[in-house]
Amino acid sequence: MAKSIDISDLNIYYGDFLAVEGVSLSIPARSVTAFIGPSGCGKSTFLRSLNRMHEVIPGARVEGKVVVDGQSLYDPSVDPVEVRRMIGMVFQRPNPFPTMSIYENVLAGLRLNNKRLGRAEADAVVEKSLRSANLWEEVKDRLGKPGMGLSGGQQQRLCIARAIAVEPQVLLMDEPCSALDPISTSAIEDLIHELKTEYTIVIVTHNMQQAARVSEDTAFFNIAGANKPGKLIEMNPTKKIFSVPDEPATEAYISGRFG
Amino acid sequence: MSTIEAKAGSPKRRLGDLVFANLTRAAGLTILLALAGVAVFLTIEGIPAFTAGPEDLKGASSFVVYVWPLLFGTLLAAALALAIAVPLAIGVALTVSHYAPRRIATLIGYLIDLLAAVPSVVYGLWGGLFLGPKLVPLYEWLADHLSFIPFFAGPASTTGRTILTASIVLAIMVLPIVTAISREIFAQTPRLNEEAALALGATRWEMIRLSVFPYARSGIVSAAMLGLGRALGETMAVAMVLSASGVVTFNLISSTNPSTIAANIALTFADATGIQVNALIASGLVLFVITFVVNFAARWIVSRSEVSV
Repeated sequence: MAKSIDISDLNIYYGDFLAVEGVSLSIPARSVTAFIGPSGCGKSTFLRSLNRMHEVIPGARVEGKVVVDGQSLYDPSVDPVEVRRMIGMVFQRPNPFPTMSIYENVLAGLRLNNKRLGRAEADAVVEKSLRSANLWEEVKDRLGKPGMGLSGGQQQRLCIARAIAVEPQVLLMDEPCSALDPISTSAIEDLIHELKTEYTIVIVTHNMQQAARVSEDTAFFNIAGANKPGKLIEMNPTKKIFSVPDEPATEAYISGRFG
Repeated sequence: MSTIEAKAGSPKRRLGDLVFANLTRAAGLTILLALAGVAVFLTIEGIPAFTAGPEDLKGASSFVVYVWPLLFGTLLAAALALAIAVPLAIGVALTVSHYAPRRIATLIGYLIDLLAAVPSVVYGLWGGLFLGPKLVPLYEWLADHLSFIPFFAGPASTTGRTILTASIVLAIMVLPIVTAISREIFAQTPRLNEEAALALGATRWEMIRLSVFPYARSGIVSAAMLGLGRALGETMAVAMVLSASGVVTFNLISSTNPSTIAANIALTFADATGIQVNALIASGLVLFVITFVVNFAARWIVSRSEVSV
């Protein structure tokens, strides 16, 4: 069920402002791909264009092609709602539905997809998803409690459980650990390692060590200056990026001699 | 640790802080005093009515018998008005906050706010002279086809000046406040929650159901309560629209309708003398108390549902 993503000549706009220019790259299936780069370089914007979440901002639009499994996501016949059901997303800050229990949070996506879900079936999905998100042992005795009652790291794993409960083909993670402490971060990173056997994972991170730890491939984005579009500088296997990158700009950023 | 640490025992009190704290305290006290003043006046002036006889109570044997149909009419009209206005207001507010393009949304917002600026006398004139007669065919149709429902038992009023017409006018009058508050709350839904729903593949409506409504629920109740306050107390529009005869009935479209407390006071106050005035004031006290009770009940319901989730 994991799919690869091929992006060609993607331009991303906010109104008239070109935020990301001319990105072409391929994201392999069942593997972790990291996007790194300075703030404002468009890596999150680019990530959001992969499941058509970019366009929920008024005036935002995209030119170019994003192809998943032979299907162009921006084809006029494609329903963005279907795209988002196929490509899950985890956000910077944990965002469980505040009025829902842990149990209902996990099922939220499934309830949207097919309303009829037997009790046993629902229980099974909740347990499987929470186990996959390494959260089951911590919450199995309080599934009926509000999701907001969990710690930040647990909430984020709940959000991951919610995203994978619908069995998406791709999982996008937008700086999933930026609001978490090192212990929770490490738990999420372990989880990413486990999930990549089943899912295609794309992760945006500000933390270069994290990119080095979790990803197979890394794409480095950069921006020439304020109000200039962000661009893909290079994409290579993570080992290569962090040892002998092709581009001097990548080298400068990674070694901290940025700017 | 810090060089500007306050000396023990004598924390420095700044003048600005002190002035502001007392100003806010005074504002809070003023509200309490005003409320207490009204309550005391209504109670003292209203007490004689509780022992009044039929000659001062339009033939009613006691004050309770006198005020009950009025109270019934007040609650019925207000409840109907809310039943019409709240769904409509939520719809309008969602259009403005989540559906319409920004330009149109702003325009609709202004128009709704404008409704609030129309004096209630104008609504009364419009309701009595225009809306009522226009609704007569509808009432006749309801009486012909749906008379098995007690609300539409008929016979239909020929003037259209029914409690349903009054409620529709009230609904339009409470619409702006309910819409304005709902709109503000909908617009404040955290982007994070909305995106959580959208990223799971929610349609716009599903997103609203998953993230906007749960967030806005207590706010909607508050908005409805403010609207209810206006509907309960509205005087002129009801007095001008309703052809009242002091009955207790759920028949919404006939020519015999219950009056409301506020409208009854407005219509009979000019000619009232002696104990009759006290009776009117006592009915005002009843309205005052009912408004309080309804508000508290609503708050309680909201706070209870907040805890249980």
